[in-house]
Amino acid sequence: MAVVDYKVAGSIEEAVSLLANAKMATRILAGGTDLIIQTKPQANSVAVIDIKKIDSMMTATLDDSGLTLGPSMSCSEFTARNDIKQVFPGLVEAAYLIGSTQVQGRCSVGGNLCNASPAADTIPALIVNGAQCVIAGSKGERTVAVEDFVTGVGKNCMSKDELLVAIKIAKPKAGTSDAYLRFIPRTEMDIAVAGAGVSVTLDDTGTCTAARVAIGAVAVTALLVPEAAAALIGTKLDESALKAAAAAASDASKPISDRRGTADYRRQVVGVLVKRAATIAASRAKEK
Amino acid sequence: MAKVHVNSTVNGEVMEFLCEPQDTLLDVLRNQLNMTGTKEGCGSGDCGACSVTVNGKLVCSCLVLGVEAEGAQVGTIEGVSNKDQLHVIQEKFLEHAALQCGICTPGLVVSTQALLTENPKPTEEEARYYLAGNLCRCTGYDKIIRAVMDSAETLRGDA
Repeated sequence: MAVVDYKVAGSIEEAVSLLANAKMATRILAGGTDLIIQTKPQANSVAVIDIKKIDSMMTATLDDSGLTLGPSMSCSEFTARNDIKQVFPGLVEAAYLIGSTQVQGRCSVGGNLCNASPAADTIPALIVNGAQCVIAGSKGERTVAVEDFVTGVGKNCMSKDELLVAIKIAKPKAGTSDAYLRFIPRTEMDIAVAGAGVSVTLDDTGTCTAARVAIGAVAVTALLVPEAAAALIGTKLDESALKAAAAAASDASKPISDRRGTADYRRQVVGVLVKRAATIAASRAKEK
Repeated sequence: MAKVHVNSTVNGEVMEFLCEPQDTLLDVLRNQLNMTGTKEGCGSGDCGACSVTVNGKLVCSCLVLGVEAEGAQVGTIEGVSNKDQLHVIQEKFLEHAALQCGICTPGLVVSTQALLTENPKPTEEEARYYLAGNLCRCTGYDKIIRAVMDSAETLRGDA
């Protein structure tokens, strides 16, 4: 038997208390697009706690302090938010890439993050935006940067009695924008062979004053690559700076070979993606 | 294991059923409610054969638990036609021979209806992307897309 108990939490406090008092393996159910496949009848027994009735888990607010995203808001609702798309176009693009229309109606940025696939599209996009995870547990709340949240393939830093209750991104400085690109052999319905997120801040002269680069599907977890960002900062993102950033990203990657691509191929492609994403992020930043 | 009592509305009709916590909405529709129009293809959310709407949103019913349908409005292929009167989308699928074996067809019709509700005037590219989660191994998609575009035109009254 797979799912042997189903409970609906009406509040975060209730969800935390259900988790803390659980007598068996317990999973949080948001959109279920990953979880329900993992809980087929032949799998081990689990209890699930549905958190979709908690308002703050399902809504997003964007104001002068930045974005507060309910982790379980469906990607179809998230990507329809033009106000968020204007500020974080790369993050919205990444969320849009997950699955089909059917999956978009249920899947969420928080679910993509907690599921912690090495190839998760939103994770590099969250990292480059400096996103913070707000985690609630029986000992209270704590905040962890996204790059420290994922600890391995399918693993995150939360203990048994904790759940992700918000993703927060501070309002970006003027002249900042982002982009996320992934490579897949098809045009739709596929999983990243390699992915790259870039955020850049440009001053009035077009010089890059701040940058963050993160790469996905080329290591056990998405990686923040400060060396690639350093190659961009202080430049006007000319060809030599972009090449240096690409090389730094390729060097930082630790890909494996599998049926979707060889390690050598991924190492090269991730550099190309960084270069292209940086160019897109810069052209967007110039418009701000 | 205790079964869960669920109250739901399916195609506008109030329905109640008992299900195990691990039963998917697809299991419930087919095995409890005897609504076998919705098909199981892959059972892992990749093929779209089990497409239904939940509170107006297109989903794979194999990726929704039956217990999650509590208080929800579910729309299935059985609710598309008006009794014996086929919906325009169904007529256009027949007219354009947009089906062969038929397993993917209920899902495609439900998805097409969701597409045209959201976007009554899709471009061919938009229609192809929207329906990318509905796999058909027979037709090669071309006839399906012709039926979808023709349905859109007819429903808008442009035909």
